Amino acid sequence: MVHPRIRMMIAGAAIAATSLLALPDGAAAQETQYFPVPSSRVGPYSAMGTGYYGAQIDYMNYINMNGGVNGVMLTWQECETEYNAAKTVECYQRLLEKDGQKMVVFDTLGTPGAYAVINRMAEDEVVLAQYGYGRTDAADGTVWPWVFNAASHYWDQIAVKLRFMAEQEGGIENMRGKKIVHMHIDSAFGREPLPAMRAIAEEWGFELIEIAIVPPGLEQQSQWLQVRREQPDWVTFWGAGSGMNSTGMTNAARVGFPRERLIYVTFGAAEEDMGPAGDSATGTYAMANALPGKDYPLVKAIEEQVYGAGKGNLADPNRIGSVYWNRGLGAAVMWVEALRNAQQIHNKIGQPVTGAEFRDGYEAIKMTPERLEELGIAGMIAPFELSCEKHDGAGKFAMMQWDGTKFVQVTDWQEPLDPPFIRALIKDSAAKFAAENNITPRTCP
Amino acid sequence: MTSKPATSPFARGDITNFAVLMTLAFLVIPLTIPNGYWYSSILIPWLCLALAAIGQQIVMGYAGQLALGAAGFMAAGAFACFNIELRIPWMPFGGSLILSGLIAAAFGVLFGLPSLRVRGIYLMVATLASQFFIIWMIDKFGWFKNYDTSGIITAQDIVIFGYAFTAPLQMYLVVLVVVTLLTILAINMTRGSVGRNWMAVRDMDIAAESMGISLLRTKLQAFAISAFYCGVAGALFAFTYLKSLEPVAFDIKLSFQILFMVILGGLGTISGAFIGAAFILLFPVVLNTVGNVWFHGMVDATVISAVEQVVFGALIILFLIYEPLGMAKLWENIRARMRSRSVPKAEVPRQQAS
Repeated sequence: MVHPRIRMMIAGAAIAATSLLALPDGAAAQETQYFPVPSSRVGPYSAMGTGYYGAQIDYMNYINMNGGVNGVMLTWQECETEYNAAKTVECYQRLLEKDGQKMVVFDTLGTPGAYAVINRMAEDEVVLAQYGYGRTDAADGTVWPWVFNAASHYWDQIAVKLRFMAEQEGGIENMRGKKIVHMHIDSAFGREPLPAMRAIAEEWGFELIEIAIVPPGLEQQSQWLQVRREQPDWVTFWGAGSGMNSTGMTNAARVGFPRERLIYVTFGAAEEDMGPAGDSATGTYAMANALPGKDYPLVKAIEEQVYGAGKGNLADPNRIGSVYWNRGLGAAVMWVEALRNAQQIHNKIGQPVTGAEFRDGYEAIKMTPERLEELGIAGMIAPFELSCEKHDGAGKFAMMQWDGTKFVQVTDWQEPLDPPFIRALIKDSAAKFAAENNITPRTCP
Repeated sequence: MTSKPATSPFARGDITNFAVLMTLAFLVIPLTIPNGYWYSSILIPWLCLALAAIGQQIVMGYAGQLALGAAGFMAAGAFACFNIELRIPWMPFGGSLILSGLIAAAFGVLFGLPSLRVRGIYLMVATLASQFFIIWMIDKFGWFKNYDTSGIITAQDIVIFGYAFTAPLQMYLVVLVVVTLLTILAINMTRGSVGRNWMAVRDMDIAAESMGISLLRTKLQAFAISAFYCGVAGALFAFTYLKSLEPVAFDIKLSFQILFMVILGGLGTISGAFIGAAFILLFPVVLNTVGNVWFHGMVDATVISAVEQVVFGALIILFLIYEPLGMAKLWENIRARMRSRSVPKAEVPRQQAS
């Protein structure tokens, strides 16, 4: 028998809960623009979630402390996705509207989540901003007007990695007959680079061995034994979450695979991924689409103003300037840049914009070296411009190497050796998608 | 059982409840809720998972077979539905659903076979095979995913009699009709000879066998019907909620969730499947909304997310301690108590006896 008071409490909680599910509405006195934050703060992917979304919130706070975007203050609402596709869908629907304002952009920080919501974008008029992740052929803006992968995508990333290998081996001709293992988490994210990698393997004549790891990827022993058997020249490691990524390096050390031949994907290229592996991590290469570091003026300003005022989102302020935090900052800078453009294009300076207007603003992003300088992040990300047709950013990545305590940049921003080749693959893939789904690609001026 | 007319197999209370629920589901909700969020993020996944929980309930709550791997059968149903829609264009959606349920049922029979030799916790381990085998098979053979490179495929639109059901409300109605039909079927099965056989096997299989109940048939039937329900639920889950298909979406975590829905909801009750699904699916959403709306900006969001999980876990323990028979029983008790207050005292002892 349940105590009556407990029963009352349960009933009360249930009533309170149901009434809460409807988000409160109310008119804001000041002009605001609402942004959703579908964060992943718990579970195996918490390191990237807290860093990345923490930076977005920090930057929005920073903008608000400096007068907003032409006076428009930024508001946001969080929702926990746990990097889970089904939960991302729920969060997407929950965050869609707040205080009568519809969200204009969505950033899942996860390829599975991005795939789960990608088909809702056109209908809901929301921009899907994939910062270096997600569906690659969205780079073709004629088929995917609402989806962007500025700051580049996985096909460019794998091509830049192969370029790095070719340079280390002394040219493409030396790549013939080489053996490369692509060890990946068995999810949409892990498989995403494969089409480009297979095409380049055929072109260059190296042998590609694909080894899948079941999520969450903490068990990799048999896969690394296979690596020892195959004796590959290089391993490209495509993991997600600190647990999986650090396990990869400790296992590489165990089977004696040189870390100087191991290249990590951007989502394993953070301090939180390297640290747990200890000494095993030293020498591992990792790619960056936003370089870590605190020396950028914007990073310093946020640290001073936002963290100085005690409004910082990171629990540990030492993570300011870390890989995931800087990456989130790069993404948030693009939101605000797009908002600024949208206000300008549609003559709505000082007013909130709609999804369609925001989309135009996003497409008009021009991150020239001068603009990056003005924003205070020159060098942190590669300069790029978006257009109606081209929805991917610079297509450039920088290689870093872990020296045991921090990342050391070893190459400048590099693009694939043959960008038109990657572009053609994207065009093919997007055209196939358009044909399957009866989409008429729009024409670009 | 209360007053039961001689002509009807159902108690009067059942019919009233049924009428009230149907009016609520088919009339009140569609007329009062205009917001797509409620349909596409709350009601649709709830109904889909409740259907899967009924499947789990049949094999575990009624037939007493400790099986784990409902998500595997859901994946089988979802991908079967995708392939039928893709490869047999003239097949109506209802037909695809039934066929995908049958395909899942075939897997159910296959993976139910160990139940003839092992039982209890060992059977649970054996049935785990279904979970891993089905997901592995879909991942391994590109044909199931129509050779899509990313491994995530877009679910086709639901078209019934040439009319596309794509808006949240429309999809809700599709799911509602299917779930209603299958729930009525499940209630009837559990109350009829089929269900009595299951329960006899559950309570004591040797006694059941000596009374002439074929263990082979009864157990496999339970596994098949359970997998059928899970398969249909999986197809609906993919086509109306996720709108995309990915094997990872049907991982072991989902199987466990469905298991917990059944245990928390109350073993051996159909209503428990619905209540349990609501709790497991919706409570984290409620907690997350509370955390993010009430404590927005006040507390570190990472702490909120962590506290939510602690609260959720604590609630599960609390419920299991106070009502080990599940929330369906809790609900029964509340109802009985309310009724005992409103009706004359003479009725009370009868209520408690039932």
